[in-house]
Amino acid sequence: MASSQSSDAFVEFDRVQKSYDGETLVVKDLNLTLPKGEFLTMLGPSGSGKTTCLMMLAGFETATHGDIRLNGNSINNIPPHKRGIGMVFQNYALFPHMTIEENLSFPLEVRGIGKSDREAKVMRALNMVEMGSFGKRRPAQLSGGQQQRVALARALVFEPELVLMDEPLGALDKQLREKMQFEITNLAHELGITVVYVTHDQTEALTMSDRVAVFDDGIIQQLDTPDKLYEEPQNSFVAQFIGENNTLEGTIKEIKNGLALVQLDDGELIDCNPINVSKPGERTRVSIRPERVETNPARLTEGAHTLKAEVLEFIYMGDIFRTRLRVAGNDEFIVKTRNAPDQKRMTPGEHIEIGWLPRDCRALDA
Amino acid sequence: MTDATANGKPEMLTTADGKPLKAALIRAQARARRRAFLLVLPLLAFILITFVMPIGQMLHQSVYNPGFVMHEDIGSGKRTPIMTNLKVWFDENPAGTEPDEAAFAALHEDMLLLRELRAPGQVGTRVNYERGGSRSMFTKAARRAERMDPPYKEAFLDVDEEWADPELWRVMRDASSAYTFNFYLAALDRSKNADGEIVSVDENRQIYIKLFTRTLFLSVLITFLTFLLGYPIAHLLATLPLRYSNLLMIFVLLPFWTSLLVRTTSWMVLLQSQGVVNDALVGMGILGDDNRLQMMYNQIGTVVAMTHILLPFMVLPLYSVMRPINPSYVRAARSLGATSWTAFRRIYFPQTVPGIGAGALLVFILAVGYYITPALVGGADGQLISNLIAFHMQNSLNWSLAAALAALLLAGILILYWLYDRLIGIDNLKLG
Repeated sequence: MASSQSSDAFVEFDRVQKSYDGETLVVKDLNLTLPKGEFLTMLGPSGSGKTTCLMMLAGFETATHGDIRLNGNSINNIPPHKRGIGMVFQNYALFPHMTIEENLSFPLEVRGIGKSDREAKVMRALNMVEMGSFGKRRPAQLSGGQQQRVALARALVFEPELVLMDEPLGALDKQLREKMQFEITNLAHELGITVVYVTHDQTEALTMSDRVAVFDDGIIQQLDTPDKLYEEPQNSFVAQFIGENNTLEGTIKEIKNGLALVQLDDGELIDCNPINVSKPGERTRVSIRPERVETNPARLTEGAHTLKAEVLEFIYMGDIFRTRLRVAGNDEFIVKTRNAPDQKRMTPGEHIEIGWLPRDCRALDA
Repeated sequence: MTDATANGKPEMLTTADGKPLKAALIRAQARARRRAFLLVLPLLAFILITFVMPIGQMLHQSVYNPGFVMHEDIGSGKRTPIMTNLKVWFDENPAGTEPDEAAFAALHEDMLLLRELRAPGQVGTRVNYERGGSRSMFTKAARRAERMDPPYKEAFLDVDEEWADPELWRVMRDASSAYTFNFYLAALDRSKNADGEIVSVDENRQIYIKLFTRTLFLSVLITFLTFLLGYPIAHLLATLPLRYSNLLMIFVLLPFWTSLLVRTTSWMVLLQSQGVVNDALVGMGILGDDNRLQMMYNQIGTVVAMTHILLPFMVLPLYSVMRPINPSYVRAARSLGATSWTAFRRIYFPQTVPGIGAGALLVFILAVGYYITPALVGGADGQLISNLIAFHMQNSLNWSLAAALAALLLAGILILYWLYDRLIGIDNLKLG
């Protein structure tokens, strides 16, 4: 999207590197810009460097190399309390010895805001997260979800333009988490704030974000909108990490007319969409989403390569059927089919023919 | 109630076979409860015998001294009431009555019995507690008692003019009852005058109030110093990675594993005028050889050595409170705009208050009753009240006064504990 010189860059990481021990890099050459008002999620497994990036932005870690800019100004040497960035912590970090009101009033007090102003702002922030009647309680008297709302209100009460969130929903149960995901996104868009959100939960990343940066091994593997990330993963890590995915291994036979012919390890040939493979003879991992596999021979394109498969397991999941197949020596090949009236239910041991559109079958790096 | 039963709702829950549920519950748990009680029984007995009973006895001793009314033969254990005639005279005449011939006659009668029991020293000692120089009067008078003739008043005054002293008679009157609060008065630098009014003792004989004040002052000072030194250490311990903090913890605990006597004497080696510290200062030319610092046998010695010895008692509760404090609190405060000082003052420090309270209470209580260290390094200036209690236990043998002093100390600590509970709340106390 935006280049590093972009004028609308609000937050900018410019060739940032971070090492804790001087021997290994936790963050390797990070370049990232985000415009004002964007909701960006840093997604990745633990140890991928996403939290380190957030901490550098908040000012709790210093970048070993490179520049972090906010509104065009380098903030490398600005202490955390002068950055004016709101932050929501994983465990909420509500001050246990203060009431909810005192918690929210704290950032206003240290900014020297007058008492009446403070009270009005605290009330407004609490009402914003529907916690107006809880002001006199202490954090320990609130449930996890309520504490989460208060933490959010506290990060917003001093009206920062940038808010950082470090896995804020990690401790909540599934239902509450989904509700809060929705509320946080709505609030962020309503207030027009820029959000950098860190999570290891891909569903959360996909549902909440404008863009998602997938981290692995200290590098952004792909930075894209959620739909592109899911449908057009640029390498096999992203394909594996985002959503469910079937992988078949093989070798490129030839690439022509935008199609790659891949010989799978058991000798069968399939047509693929070449993503980051370039020449014949290269090893490749072919990736295909379970819901893009076609089991109905009638719907397959004329002349497309098909593969033989043996049904190993059939699971009825209500809205969908999940069928586990053995395809080209892979026992973990999953097919998801919609529970439609005409959908055939397969039985284990059955031999079927499967296929897909070549563009859904992506030949990625091995 | 009857309505409830009439409606078919039983007012008491019962088991399936109709027994009351509560009784069934108690019966079901009785065995487990009995076993649990048996497990704690040895400790309970131990505490009762070695702690509760001695304290009770001490409190009793502080108001009870039978030296003037009962003699117990050391060999046979036979108990004989003494000074009975004088007691009768005291009962018949109100306080402040000039002792007449009848009083001296009663005294003479009692002296004969004392002589026979070889007990004049005991009675004299009891009187001596409240009026110095009385013991020899009793031994001398008892020696002469057999040769005395009426009128006895002249005979006694002949032995010693002091027998006419109204204060002596006031003391004897008080001592003729075994139960007395005079030891508490003495422990507070008060005594009764001849008329029985409570007055302060002479200025040059007031020592206890001064010692209580000094003990209080030094204990507060030591508590404050341990806090000042211990807080940063505890914070370091709590924030270091575990493998480093374990090592550091060993250094903190090392004094615990060394004998108290060894630690105190090593401070003597360091602090004395020919000691390591002075030698080093003289060697570096900071001090002249003739004006070495006096750091021992005064309050400095007591404060330095006790601060060191009591430091772990401050560090450990602080550490146990600091360890679970999540670093994200301070980070949150910083991200909300607080400087590091404000974050410490408003966020971190208030969360460590239970540890400070526990540590301070622990160190203070230990310091108030500390004995060995001030005795060894304190000199005359650095003595605490416990050294005086020990003096009365071992040297002057005035156990009642020692008990009264100890009881006052105990009361002071209980009051402090109560205050702490009111101000901070005892359930906020975190020792580990």
